[in-house]
Amino acid sequence: MSSSLLTSITVFVLAVFLGFELISRVPTLLHTPLMSGTNAVHGIVLVGAMLIAGSADSTLEQVLAFVAVVFGTINVVGGFLVTDRMLEMFKRKPGEREPE
Amino acid sequence: MTLALSLTTINVAYLAAGVLLIVGIKRLSSPATARSGNVVAADGMAIALLFTLLHPDVDSYWLIAIGVAVGTVVGVVSARRVRMTAMPQMVALFNGVGGGAAALIAAAEFHRLTPAGGHVDPDAMGAMLFSALVGSISFSGSLVAFGKLQELLPGRPLMFAAQQIVNGLLFAGLVVVGVLAGATEAGLWTVVLLLGALVFGVLLVLPIGGADMPVVISLLNAFTGLAAASAGFVLENTALIIGGTLVGASGTLLTVLMGRAMNRSLANVLFSAFGAPATADAGPGTAASEDGKSYREIDAEDCAVMLAYASRVVIVPGYGLAVAQAQHNVRELADLLERRGVDVKYGIHPVAGRMPGHMNVLLAEANVPYPQLRDMEDINPELPRTDVALVIGANDVTNPAARDNPESPLYGMPILNVDQAANVVVLKRGMSPGFAGIDNDLFYRPNTAMLFGDAKASVERLVAAVKAA
Repeated sequence: MSSSLLTSITVFVLAVFLGFELISRVPTLLHTPLMSGTNAVHGIVLVGAMLIAGSADSTLEQVLAFVAVVFGTINVVGGFLVTDRMLEMFKRKPGEREPE
Repeated sequence: MTLALSLTTINVAYLAAGVLLIVGIKRLSSPATARSGNVVAADGMAIALLFTLLHPDVDSYWLIAIGVAVGTVVGVVSARRVRMTAMPQMVALFNGVGGGAAALIAAAEFHRLTPAGGHVDPDAMGAMLFSALVGSISFSGSLVAFGKLQELLPGRPLMFAAQQIVNGLLFAGLVVVGVLAGATEAGLWTVVLLLGALVFGVLLVLPIGGADMPVVISLLNAFTGLAAASAGFVLENTALIIGGTLVGASGTLLTVLMGRAMNRSLANVLFSAFGAPATADAGPGTAASEDGKSYREIDAEDCAVMLAYASRVVIVPGYGLAVAQAQHNVRELADLLERRGVDVKYGIHPVAGRMPGHMNVLLAEANVPYPQLRDMEDINPELPRTDVALVIGANDVTNPAARDNPESPLYGMPILNVDQAANVVVLKRGMSPGFAGIDNDLFYRPNTAMLFGDAKASVERLVAAVKAA
């Protein structure tokens, strides 16, 4: 096993535990916004799509990479915007004091 | 390209982006910070994307520029246009394209690596095929979910004979195809894998009915996260591994939590109940009474969040409030909510308690402002516009059987129509019937949740939880 693979696996395993810990106490009301927010986060695939699109040399790869970039961008942009719209209901109402 | 930064610099930027994604998700899981959490996560994403443009491997920009432009237009327009009621299918769609992107990345990498002669690193090959498989399932499954919620497809479960066996065999076949693709490094097998996975995604979601859809979308969301993470293994990219894995793990847990909130265990949602209508047999937090009716339990924290972010709350006090001497705590709760901008009123039934005016006296003792107290005739028209009706120790005066069921001994008694509120939370010691000894239909309604415990202790917990919300 190469050391870079081992590093990747380390990051993966730690992120699994972190992912579980992060949201272990989430109120029902936030289930849908949280699903939508994490949905936007996996739009990080766009990073991979960009790397491929920026270095593709055959036509087939270019086509695949182009569609991947379009898809990834929709995931990121749409995901964060829709989450923000859902969370508008949590806007502070006037006269409310800051929680400590 | 002179713009390119060193890999070390870029990996430091990815680390920073990963931290922001983690903080963002953490903040998204609490109502007071959720909105800023989304912004923090978006900032992390922006950093990861900007530094990717400066990656030494990226030496051509035109594909990226056009692709991002097209995707941005589609994303912005659809996110802006969608009505609030159509949000779930929009999330499904965004999730599906994310999965599709992961599968396409895998396909492109497969094409790039295989003709090089010699063998592809088996680790990269495994990750590539996993990404292709799971990404495709997520893509087609999400599209079916979108089609069902958008009513392009029938929303009811679509089932055929031996469906689970067919799905099982198909999945086993896909694993075999994956192994063949890895062993032979032949493009043909990869294409078969991609197409087979698309079919599997469709078959997986078709038999699932209306109310289960959000749980399935959440599961597919976790799938896409895993597909993205494995694309990260292929490209040896930490940003992808961190972001994708976080979603894979938190998405899986969220799926379990959502199932639980709907009275379903994950196993139930995943296997046996794919398609079967929800029954009362399920996970913790629910129970069935002898005649098979089921009720839903809520904890103080969930209830507090519901109250804190409501616009209108009506408190319905009853004898249980008097017994527990909880009037001062109820007033404290109401004051807290008012300070947050929630409109709080009390709905007083003329015979609530053990004597006429019992509740007015109690609440006056706790200095509840008189204008907040409403008689039954005044509050009933407001209940359909109420977000949460909080029933504290009242029972018979809220029993919808008095209105709807001519068989009931209570039939004809005027009641507070709390069942017409969007949500009802009943604070009660247990499931015992009220003074009249009659089971209350209200407790088994889908919009009703039970908060068990002594009224005073429960309200104290609500006060503490609203302060934290």
